Amino acid sequence: MSSLTLAPHAKRGLLLGPRGWAVVAAALALITLVVPGLNLLLPAGHPLHLSDFYVGLTGKILCYAICALAMDLIWGYTGILSLGHGLFFALGGYGMGMYLMRQIGRDGNYKSDLPDFMVFLNWKSLPWTWSVSDSFIAQVLLVLLVPGLLALVFGWFAFRSRIKGVYFSIITQAMTFAAMLLFFRNETGFGGNNGFTDFKRILGHPLATENMRVLLFVITGCTLLGFYLMSRAIVNSKYGRVLQAIRDAETRVMFTGYNPLAYKLSIWVLSAMMCAVAGALYVPQVGIINPGEMSPAASIEIAIWAAVGGRATLIGPIIGAFFVNGAKSWFTMAFPEFWLYFLGALFIAVTLYLPDGIVGLFRRRKEGRS
Amino acid sequence: MVALCCCSVAHALTSEQAGKIAAGDSDERIAALNQAVVSADPVLVPFIQALLDDAVKTAGGKAFIVRDGKAVDAASGAPAALPADAQDVVNNNRMRRELDAAVAALGLVSPDRGARAKAIAALKDQADEGKLPLIDKAVAAETDAELKVQLELLRAAVLISSADPEKRKLAAKALSGSKSPATRSLLLERLGAEADPSVKAAIQGALDSVQGQLAWGERLGVLFTGASLGSILLLVALGLAITYGLMGVINMAHGELMMIGAYATYVVQNLFKTYLPGAFDAYIVAAIPLSFAASALVGAVLERGVIRFLYGRPLETLLATWGISLVLQQGVRTIFGAQNVGVENPAWMSGGVQVLPNLVLPYNRIAIIVFAALVLAGMALLIGRTRLGLFVRGVTQNRRMAACVGVNTARVDTMAFSLGAGIAGLAGCALSQVGNVGPDLGQGYIVDSFMVVVLGGVGQLAGTVYAALGLGVLNKLLEGWAGAVLAKIMVLVFIVVFIQKRPQGLFAVKGRSAEA
Repeated sequence: MSSLTLAPHAKRGLLLGPRGWAVVAAALALITLVVPGLNLLLPAGHPLHLSDFYVGLTGKILCYAICALAMDLIWGYTGILSLGHGLFFALGGYGMGMYLMRQIGRDGNYKSDLPDFMVFLNWKSLPWTWSVSDSFIAQVLLVLLVPGLLALVFGWFAFRSRIKGVYFSIITQAMTFAAMLLFFRNETGFGGNNGFTDFKRILGHPLATENMRVLLFVITGCTLLGFYLMSRAIVNSKYGRVLQAIRDAETRVMFTGYNPLAYKLSIWVLSAMMCAVAGALYVPQVGIINPGEMSPAASIEIAIWAAVGGRATLIGPIIGAFFVNGAKSWFTMAFPEFWLYFLGALFIAVTLYLPDGIVGLFRRRKEGRS
Repeated sequence: MVALCCCSVAHALTSEQAGKIAAGDSDERIAALNQAVVSADPVLVPFIQALLDDAVKTAGGKAFIVRDGKAVDAASGAPAALPADAQDVVNNNRMRRELDAAVAALGLVSPDRGARAKAIAALKDQADEGKLPLIDKAVAAETDAELKVQLELLRAAVLISSADPEKRKLAAKALSGSKSPATRSLLLERLGAEADPSVKAAIQGALDSVQGQLAWGERLGVLFTGASLGSILLLVALGLAITYGLMGVINMAHGELMMIGAYATYVVQNLFKTYLPGAFDAYIVAAIPLSFAASALVGAVLERGVIRFLYGRPLETLLATWGISLVLQQGVRTIFGAQNVGVENPAWMSGGVQVLPNLVLPYNRIAIIVFAALVLAGMALLIGRTRLGLFVRGVTQNRRMAACVGVNTARVDTMAFSLGAGIAGLAGCALSQVGNVGPDLGQGYIVDSFMVVVLGGVGQLAGTVYAALGLGVLNKLLEGWAGAVLAKIMVLVFIVVFIQKRPQGLFAVKGRSAEA
């Protein structure tokens, strides 16, 4: 049995080549300097001014890109298609949402210490699930722990009995579907149908200001960049190699003396936690979280971002998330009728003609030229 | 007995009585009304009706019915001149209730059996001790055995709120023979209000006996709704059992093929409504083959156009068929609008058969159970006994060998897929009779149908049947115990746990593959 430590790639030593690091540095500058500058420093009428709307939209898509990256680790590199990642995303969002709900304080419609929906349900005190909800640190820990633990338990049972392929996909779908039904109930204690919304502030600072929006954007962007480098380290390590071997021939990996359980389980939990972080970053930016995020359709969409961009490449899912969601916001503004046609056609076209996604398309052209 | 004696001396409505009913203090009027009702004079019916219609005026202790400007004396029915000082009768709500009850009570002694049955049903909720003499009279006069039983129950229901504990005890005893849920709620209500311990015990005894009789109806009811849900699940999953179970295609657009079947039914219904309104009840006969054909056609196109290229790549198939489902949904929205459309049941499907007092089996549910059985039988025959079925089984078991002996495997694939799609269309046609028809129709069933097929064991028709019925009954049992949403969650959790234990489903094909 090999250990699970992340051994750096033997030959390269560094994670990326000089050009790679330059690109990373450029991306970092774009996120931390260019976008905030264009939004905050330039006046609204300036041709290069980046409007609040676009900062918000891009911040949202950055969260989606984290999900797509997480999906890529588990699907693209390990060959396990999860149709339940939306659940981890939503759980992370709910974890953050609980804290934000408590931050509303007495500014809600009912001027009560309890969140509005609890007053509405005539509850007198917070349920036990909310016991640490007034502490930011504790809720952030919960954002990581709850989805991580759920993924650990679920994955342990599933991988131990060697459920794989489509079976695994379908039971993950059942998992998120069951969770959605559970969260739709008012008695579950998370706002039922409406979920959480009307947030006012975070850590005592008001949420609906330009500076806060840009700050959240920068944090999200840096998180994505960090996750990208982490994923890069993982897939280049020996551990990552075993994951890819499991994807290509799991039986053979077992016959050579590896136990795939620990590998699959660890990457599954990591991927779930990445999604949860994305959810936690998503909620303060979008200002709402409801059980709709747990619908099976939302989870399948995450898979399509990864597939469109290109599975088993790390940049692909990020491109895919931007491409699909950019198209979505354009279509739903310009031709709302046609968005689902386009998305459906995209699903079909990518699976039929672009098995390696957009990245594969460029790679093929490059190879054709040289 | 006293009451009976005085009833036997039937006396006609006097004009003095009529005047008392029409004017004065509410309590006195009700007393006069109840007294008059006992006599069951036929003149009373039009008089009370007139009171309810506010067509009665009083003057000098006499009542007059005034209709179309002509006055008649309420007691004799003879035309009379309306005195100049005649006043309108004002009835408050309490009085109106009493008048309604009086009309119903008078129905008890009607010569028409239907009218009597109706009167008993009406009085169940509004009888009080004032009506007791009349009920007694009706019990004595009733010749129909069934109605007599009902009347006695009615009397007991009135008596149980009597002031006399002995009467209450007797009434409780009489009620213990009842099988109706209304009796149970009446007994429960009285049990709470009862102070006398011996009467309380009698009521409790009666309640236990009633509950014992009702329990069977409830158990059978759960079983029936479970079987009904199971048959729907079966219809939904049968098509998938072919496309996924036999062919291995993860068809996420299965629900949308059902939706197409349901919309085909809707279109056929509209055509019948427009062109053949006389034969509207028979539209379902035309809708069944057409919904099959519509979905089968779409299925064939899908197989030829998309799915054919993805055999052996299940995860890609999943994504592509999900895309197809989005396109189909949006297509239906574009053509028929985003709102649900209305599909009417044929007249013969409404109503139901009453098996027990608390168990009614609706005809549309029975029809679906029968339909599911027929579809299942047809499919078993098709797969087991026909040439196409033989080819399908052959290609599933060993594609290359089948091709070697001359089977056109590509064509068999198309046929099999469109057969599965057609059966989904039939399921959609059935669903249109019990639920909403809208663009989201298929979405609600896709998770369920995969669960059924996976639970039953992929490639196993018998497993699909057991899984569908089992899940249906299990779901309904849990629903009675924990509520609909929790029941659904428990079933999903159960399936997930079950698959952990038996990844091959209930009925696994035995094999030696390391992958199995």
